[in-house]
Amino acid sequence: MASNTKTLRSPLAHVRGLGSAKHGTEHWWGQRLTAIALVPLTVWFVFGVIRHLGADHAAFLAWMKSPFSALMMILTAAVTFHHAQSGLQVVIEDYIHVEWQKLALLIAVKFLSFALAAACVLAVVKIFIGA
Amino acid sequence: MANGSGRPLSPHLQVYKLPLTALMSIAHRITGVGLGVGTLLLTWWLVAAAAGPEAFARAQGFIGSFFGLLLLFGWSAALYYHLCNGVRHLVWDAGKSFELTDTARANQIVLGAAAVLTVLTWIVGLAAW
Repeated sequence: MASNTKTLRSPLAHVRGLGSAKHGTEHWWGQRLTAIALVPLTVWFVFGVIRHLGADHAAFLAWMKSPFSALMMILTAAVTFHHAQSGLQVVIEDYIHVEWQKLALLIAVKFLSFALAAACVLAVVKIFIGA
Repeated sequence: MANGSGRPLSPHLQVYKLPLTALMSIAHRITGVGLGVGTLLLTWWLVAAAAGPEAFARAQGFIGSFFGLLLLFGWSAALYYHLCNGVRHLVWDAGKSFELTDTARANQIVLGAAAVLTVLTWIVGLAAW
């Protein structure tokens, strides 16, 4: 880039490499990290669902009272919602071009994802501690 | 493709026959959004279990109904597709497998793996019911 005299980016901005949004590859990297984490978590989750398809309430509580299962369920919910909201953000940014609609959808998706994730975590914690 | 200016032109979606790789790319997004909707059922399931036996029985009743099982089947297929195609995206992110022959083979692997995993899951699931 040293030979490119037409660039408007300062040498400092070029070195920092954060781009116009000032976040660099943070969002992209977050999507990949959660994607990798979801590979084992999803496999565990599918097997868990299969084993509790027709389960009664007591059997489900027993499952979620195991520390390992509770931990895996909390991780699954938290990482799933993080991955979902970052993916939905990209979809909204790509297809919704009316600014207020885009903003409203982005805010709605973020708020809903956090609320649902918190509800899932609270539900598992409540069962785990037997409250 | 060119538009007379010598600059590249994007494929025109109304007249351009999408290759399988492109269809699978948009399917990745569609299944992703569908799985996002599916998190509502996950939340209902967990919250119902925490709320008590009656609420949990209602949730299990819905999941076990014809409509519930239909949704579950759709989500399981979408999940396995998104999972398998997601792994192939991670391979792309690593800068590998961009040759046309590689992508054509990966298309078959992803579709085959997703189908096999979905069917296997339901065989095991229905046997364990």
